[in-house]
Amino acid sequence: MSEIPQRQAYGMALAEYGDLNHDVVVLDADVSSSTLTKYFADRHPDRFFNLGVTEASMVDIGAGLALGGAIPFVNTFAALLTLRACEQIRTCVAYAQTNVKLIGGHAGLSDYKDGPTHFATNDVALMRAMPNLVVVAPSDNIEAARMVPAIAEYEGPVYMRISRAAVPDVFDETHTITLGKGVTVRPGGDVTIIGSGSMVGRCVLAAEALAQENISARVLAIHTIKPLDVELIRQAAQETGAIVTAEDHSIIGGLGSAVAEALVGCYPVPIEFVGVWDSFAETGLDTESLMDACGLSVGNIVAAVCRALRRKG
Amino acid sequence: MHHHPESLICDLAEIARQIRLDVLEMVYRRKAGHPGGSFSCAEILAALYFHQLKIDPARPDWPARDRFLLSKGHAAAALYSVLARRGFFPLEDLERWGHLGAHLQGHPDRIKTPGVEMSSGFLGHGLSVAVGLVLAQRLKPPHYHTYVLMSDGCMQSGVAWEGALAAAKYRASELTVIMDYNDVQLDGAAHDIMPLEPLVDKWRAFGFTVLEINGHNIRQILEALDTALEIHSMPTVVIAHTTKGKGVSFMENSAKWHGAVPNDEEFALAQAELKGYRV
Repeated sequence: MSEIPQRQAYGMALAEYGDLNHDVVVLDADVSSSTLTKYFADRHPDRFFNLGVTEASMVDIGAGLALGGAIPFVNTFAALLTLRACEQIRTCVAYAQTNVKLIGGHAGLSDYKDGPTHFATNDVALMRAMPNLVVVAPSDNIEAARMVPAIAEYEGPVYMRISRAAVPDVFDETHTITLGKGVTVRPGGDVTIIGSGSMVGRCVLAAEALAQENISARVLAIHTIKPLDVELIRQAAQETGAIVTAEDHSIIGGLGSAVAEALVGCYPVPIEFVGVWDSFAETGLDTESLMDACGLSVGNIVAAVCRALRRKG
Repeated sequence: MHHHPESLICDLAEIARQIRLDVLEMVYRRKAGHPGGSFSCAEILAALYFHQLKIDPARPDWPARDRFLLSKGHAAAALYSVLARRGFFPLEDLERWGHLGAHLQGHPDRIKTPGVEMSSGFLGHGLSVAVGLVLAQRLKPPHYHTYVLMSDGCMQSGVAWEGALAAAKYRASELTVIMDYNDVQLDGAAHDIMPLEPLVDKWRAFGFTVLEINGHNIRQILEALDTALEIHSMPTVVIAHTTKGKGVSFMENSAKWHGAVPNDEEFALAQAELKGYRV
């Protein structure tokens, strides 16, 4: 587990990148102390705009800033951003192709203490259905920090989800990312476990447990859910013959759906999904135990692998 | 008072008349569109594009250009007409409005159409987008002025008033909001559907300087736009009292003509009226 929450890694990276790229401006909707864009606000007060509880307007203002040549990072909780400002995102960001970077904090179940109103378990489904929008979910703190310059320097609208919690470390300082390219975290020939965001670390733990049973599980980390690295996933399907997806998100419309949509057209194999089944979940005492209770445990991934292997035959 | 010669007023009135004739023909030919709300803003668009805006049709991306946002995107036909007549694209493109492959969409599309600053369609976005443009030019010169045309429908949306809060917070004097207040919307009279009054009080309470004009009186439009540029430290709204369907007797003040298409007889009648129409 990382020493600092993913949001802190993001917030620090954003503040630092602000030193290098003076076009970057940051907007927040009265939650900068939670999303940790306050680091940027402290360091670059002239380029920080706190717009209060006006999420819809904030997204439109971000679009205007982008039209004026700035690179706006527009922040609030993922559920508020993608639900309350959904039409603004559709019309003024995705359709208008404004260079806005939408950052959804407290993604998935990571805001365990605030309950279902604050959980974001359909943000990827909504954002993935927006034409022109790139959708990313960094696996750990290294990827969260690397994503800041990567999405800022990509010309076009992006949605990135960030966990409130500490997430398992997956990569070291040498790790580099390329938007649209998945990462093979661990080789394996019997089955492929495809994870995104905070679930990637759990996928690795599941693969280690499976190795004890002489099951060789490949692990792919998919930080860019859209556009999906279809070639890497097709290759994994061909070489391992079974797929399990794992995400801190509803099984409807997220990473699992994206993988299934891709494979059904090019290399269909048995697929099992690990995610939040069609429910609002409930308030918990900490993120890890809440994720376990909602079907996202390492044991759930292992069980899904066993189901997939049985179907593979 | 600012001096605007009579010849300028006459020229702009003629352009407004041309805009209405273009819109009528475009809606009739395409069998779709929004004549009522396009007619109500014809003088405003003529004054902006042929006098007020610092723009260069040969350089639609000129960084120092003034920005105009059509928040009431259903007046697309009027915007397309004025852009074509100002030289952003050929006049004959208007004939292909809404055709597959044409650059003129049902509502404005900034990617496809030269001169369209922002895509719009669903009401209310323009004011907030305009605030973003104001903030951007403060950080990154060249400076420019931003104009946004809102409708009464726009001002029924929450996002528009959120944008007004932000405009006041940032004392957006580089912004002029023009409100095409024709008081008629798709389903009926705006004052019945969802009243906005007391509107002047509302805008003032939100931190705006409020100017009220007859939105078909070109001299008043030009005067208000000039006055707005001289007001510092706060944004200005020009409430332009207008008539939906202005210029065609049977379309005026009628919700039916929000999105209706004239039949052959109505088209001929409307065209005849507009050809003889003077403000």
